[in-house]
Amino acid sequence: MSSTGEVPAFFKSIGSDSPGRPRQKFCGMFCPVEGSSDSKTLDFDALSACRKKSDGRVIDRQTDISQPRKVEIRESTGKEALQNLDNKRSDRLLIKGGKIVNDDQSFCADIYMEDGVIKQIGENLIVPGGVKTIDAHGSMLMPGGIDVHTRFQMPDRGMVSADDFYQGTKAALAGGTTMIIDHVVPEPGVSLISAFEQWREWADSKSCCDYSLHVDISEWHKGIQEDMETLVKDHGVNSFLVYLAYKDVFQLTDAQVYEVFSVIRDLGAIAQVHAENGDIIAEEQHKILEQGITGPEGHVLSRPEEVEAEAVNRSVTVANQTNCPLYVTKVMSKSAADVIAQARKKGTVVYGEPITASLGTDGSHYWSKNWAKAAAYVTSPPLSPDPTTPDYLNSLLSCGDLQVTGSAHCPFNTAQRAVGKDDFSLIPEGVNGTEERMSIIWDKCVVTGKMDENQFVAVTSTNASKIFNMYPRKGRIAVGSDADLVLWDPDVTKIISAKSHNSTVEYNIFEGTEVRGGPLVVISQGKIVLEEGNLHTTEGSGRYVARKPFPDYVYKRIKARSRLAELRGVPRGLYDGPVCEVSVTPKTMTPASSAKTSPAKQPNQPVRNLHQSGFSLSGAQADDNIPRRSTQRIVAPPGGRANITSLG
Amino acid sequence: MSYQGKKNIPKITSDRLLIKGGRIVNDDQSFNADIYMEDGIIKQIGDNLIVPGGVKTIETGGKMVIPGGIDIHTHFQMPYRGTTTVDDFAQGSKAALAGGTTMIVDHVIPDPGCSLMAAYDLWRQWADGTTCCDYSLHVDITHWNDSVKQEVDNLIKEKGVNSFQVYMAYKDYYQMSNSELYEIFSFLAERGGIAEVHAENGEIIAEEQARMLQMGITGPEGHVLSRPEELEAEAVFRAITIASQTNCPLYVTRVMSKSAADIISQARKKGNVVFGEPITASLGTDGTHYWSKNWAKAASFVTSPPLSPDPTTPDYLNTLLSSGDLSVTGSAHCTFSVAQKAIGKDDFTQIPEGVNGVEERMTVIWDKAVTTGKMDENMFVAVTSTNAAKILNLYPRKGRIAVGSDADLVVWDTDSIRTITAKTHNSAAEYNVFEGMELRGGPHVVICQGKIVLEDGNLHIISGAGRFIPCSPFPDFAYKRIKARKQLAVLRAVPRGMYDGPVSEFSMSRGGTPSASARTSPTKQPSRNLHQSGFSLAGPPTPDDIPIRPAGRRIVVPPGGRSNITSLS
Repeated sequence: MSSTGEVPAFFKSIGSDSPGRPRQKFCGMFCPVEGSSDSKTLDFDALSACRKKSDGRVIDRQTDISQPRKVEIRESTGKEALQNLDNKRSDRLLIKGGKIVNDDQSFCADIYMEDGVIKQIGENLIVPGGVKTIDAHGSMLMPGGIDVHTRFQMPDRGMVSADDFYQGTKAALAGGTTMIIDHVVPEPGVSLISAFEQWREWADSKSCCDYSLHVDISEWHKGIQEDMETLVKDHGVNSFLVYLAYKDVFQLTDAQVYEVFSVIRDLGAIAQVHAENGDIIAEEQHKILEQGITGPEGHVLSRPEEVEAEAVNRSVTVANQTNCPLYVTKVMSKSAADVIAQARKKGTVVYGEPITASLGTDGSHYWSKNWAKAAAYVTSPPLSPDPTTPDYLNSLLSCGDLQVTGSAHCPFNTAQRAVGKDDFSLIPEGVNGTEERMSIIWDKCVVTGKMDENQFVAVTSTNASKIFNMYPRKGRIAVGSDADLVLWDPDVTKIISAKSHNSTVEYNIFEGTEVRGGPLVVISQGKIVLEEGNLHTTEGSGRYVARKPFPDYVYKRIKARSRLAELRGVPRGLYDGPVCEVSVTPKTMTPASSAKTSPAKQPNQPVRNLHQSGFSLSGAQADDNIPRRSTQRIVAPPGGRANITSLG
Repeated sequence: MSYQGKKNIPKITSDRLLIKGGRIVNDDQSFNADIYMEDGIIKQIGDNLIVPGGVKTIETGGKMVIPGGIDIHTHFQMPYRGTTTVDDFAQGSKAALAGGTTMIVDHVIPDPGCSLMAAYDLWRQWADGTTCCDYSLHVDITHWNDSVKQEVDNLIKEKGVNSFQVYMAYKDYYQMSNSELYEIFSFLAERGGIAEVHAENGEIIAEEQARMLQMGITGPEGHVLSRPEELEAEAVFRAITIASQTNCPLYVTRVMSKSAADIISQARKKGNVVFGEPITASLGTDGTHYWSKNWAKAASFVTSPPLSPDPTTPDYLNTLLSSGDLSVTGSAHCTFSVAQKAIGKDDFTQIPEGVNGVEERMTVIWDKAVTTGKMDENMFVAVTSTNAAKILNLYPRKGRIAVGSDADLVVWDTDSIRTITAKTHNSAAEYNVFEGMELRGGPHVVICQGKIVLEDGNLHIISGAGRFIPCSPFPDFAYKRIKARKQLAVLRAVPRGMYDGPVSEFSMSRGGTPSASARTSPTKQPSRNLHQSGFSLAGPPTPDDIPIRPAGRRIVVPPGGRSNITSLS
């Protein structure tokens, strides 16, 4: 395509995307209807997003609305500098005049941190001389975000997702997230330990912020169970993901999920689940391909939200049976969120994780005429085509029915997506969102009045650290906590664009979205990594955060229940009436155990019988109403007789 | 009873019958009229009918005349591991008639691997010679492959079967995978059948059973402990999801718990075509008896899904039945003697499953739902007879009192009080799960095929009088909506330009989301690729799997792709 003359392809999509999207008010009576100016004015910046990135790299357009918010950072000068022994690389930092926001309360105080740990909180702190000082001027200071779900550098069929740990964590920091938890995805056949070590190696050398790892269970056998034990005991992993989708690749059967959950509960870990019914999806994909639908719209058509809700419901059932805490990753639809909310009302220990994409945009873009744009939204479960979904999920997030937020950041560039240009089921899945997460939630929830700043901290950081047992080291501003902080500016406005984002992909699914609220200064491990729009990241500075099993937040209830849930048999006399002859052919109606090998289960010995010995026959039982007898003479009455004298 | 006219010669074999002074109750209205029937068919309805002389007349004295009950779910003479249920078709249909049910629909259960057609023939053979009332058959699909598919097709087209049951429980035996369910449902939707489902999550049950046995719980209480009602609700939810995907009408057999019933009523509110069938046992009693100290009594309650231990369940299910959220009632009558149940005396998983209920069904519902004011007599007719006839596509031949309908009628006595006990029931089983219950309402006279089979408490049945009633596919009651939706549900692709930008290299060794299962499935032929031919690459394919594009490199085709179909605007 020549860059002059003919109209570029992306202009053709003007006015044709998001079909049938109802315009609705989103925050109040007098505010403009969202998107009311869409498709009426040409937004050249947004439209040129897919052009060459080299031309005119603009840093975020930060237009201040109200009074300009200033942050002064004073370096140590003069004599004070001499007191500072290791000057320049000083880890000492003082934040003055900030409003500290935790998940429970907000208060004004100064913070002094040293060596990456918060040492003092209060007013008029006594600090060594020559300390670098940030004057916050009343800005909000909150714990750095924790992105519970990323997939940086994820291998997929020989390709690797576009953002590696360096690029990904850099984007995370730019958005105010100071810790990420990535998913280790072992190929089936590879041991969990070696996959885990591979991910550690990648992340240790590249990650710019602290990180931790979830491990995905992609198959199930005895070796996996041993690996899980080792990971929990020696490697600080306390969460494992199982897949109910991806038939014949990652998908586990219900019986396997039951066993995995039982093992997870015994280890004190969290069971995460990718909830979609893979069997139905495989059938639907086939059907839709047969109908000749090969574009990205086939992705969402083959994965209707019912299929997600069904799998969530099923995993809740299995978790209830096994008394295992459940964590549903990527809550993308209203019905799935509803199932979680209902289960919580019934008392199930279940957590739901909506992601940036499901909170910030919807699935109407799958019908975009621009293939590359439509493909950029492909993720599983898909974004719901129902445009009211983001609003609904934000409401549930605000009321506490959903607890944590991730980004499921796993972008692929257009050339990689194009692997599936003739078959949507081959499009690599994943959207961006690690950089946008905090701002989107602030804009959609706090600005609209759905939640307050404390709840914002809870859903972006604190709840995650509680669930994954890192609290109060992470997720709280307190003495002794890690110095991962964000100075938050609620007034800054920014237009998200692929031109200015830190990810390497050509498309940003939030392209053109104007969000209020963003980080002013980001401090990771006690060092300033973002100030005045400039990132100072150090590749490989991120540490692995080991997590202990049995997080209190999750397991207190589980433990109490497992004590209660002991089942008891009824002590009753042995039945010793006539017994029918049975053909010995092994076609039992309900076989007690699966024929397939399962690690969690010993070949169960029929444990019998507690009352076998020590009984004497003693007449019929009290409630033994002898039924109508047929002509056949029965020696022992059909009610059975009690043959233990002590039974009343 | 009297004989009219001059010719006072009683023709015992006469098929002519007049019911005078009755209040006819259909599902839509009640009205007073006489009914004259001949040759097993209702010929006239009205006042002052002109009838031939010598007609046997029943004076009802203002009692209600209702269409005979249809028990949509029985398992008479069911083989189970070398034994058969104690009630065969003669005994079972006798019990049915005694309770005011004039038609039963039995389940054909082929052994996995056996031919559906052979099993159907076998059941027909058993039933034809012995049944005392009209009957029809459901066929259970216990395995799935191409030949089964063919047989299902034949059964629908030639044998008068329009409903097929699949099992989500009984792992490694009857249980179907989700993919198989999808295929079966798709096929049935295409051919106009009703998909019935035994909804319980068999995989979890198998795990729970193993756990119970390991804990040393071997008695019948283990049965209910290993099958908590959540598992039933989960499977119902899943079945509804699959049915809605495949646009197939769904019929959930044996709704036993509140949560399963709730899911059905929610789905109906969302517009799913789903019918729920509570059974006599779930409407009349609860699962507390599993903890009975008397093993044989506890074992007699064993059925799947189990009766819920929550004692408020029957009341709740009756309420939903009255409000229309549950549509039909069956009995799942499948009785075993105590000696047969004792196969599982040391292991509850071996206890043969099934409870009685064909005889008690009408009375239990009348007592629990009508006398308590939950439903009126018309709704009673709907849930005991009319809805079943509509689902089976037998309406208005069955399930309605109208001219031309079959003369299957019940003169219902609302005042009779009866205590249910195994001593007097017509089943051959030693235990009755409703033992000792005092129930109001019962049949006064039962007329089947125009003949009086019950009067003054005496049964006059003729073994083998029952006819097989073929059901035709595409019942309007279920399929009108399905057909309309089918027309709407055509999916359309987005016409867009061919993407001709750079494509990454990728290994085909494992597909991220393979579109087809490796297992054999009859409906699937991998047919691809529609767009394989007829496009040319505009530029040289640049293998671009480098995540960060080198800045200086010029890209021939922009990543946004361009439209190469000129007709597109």
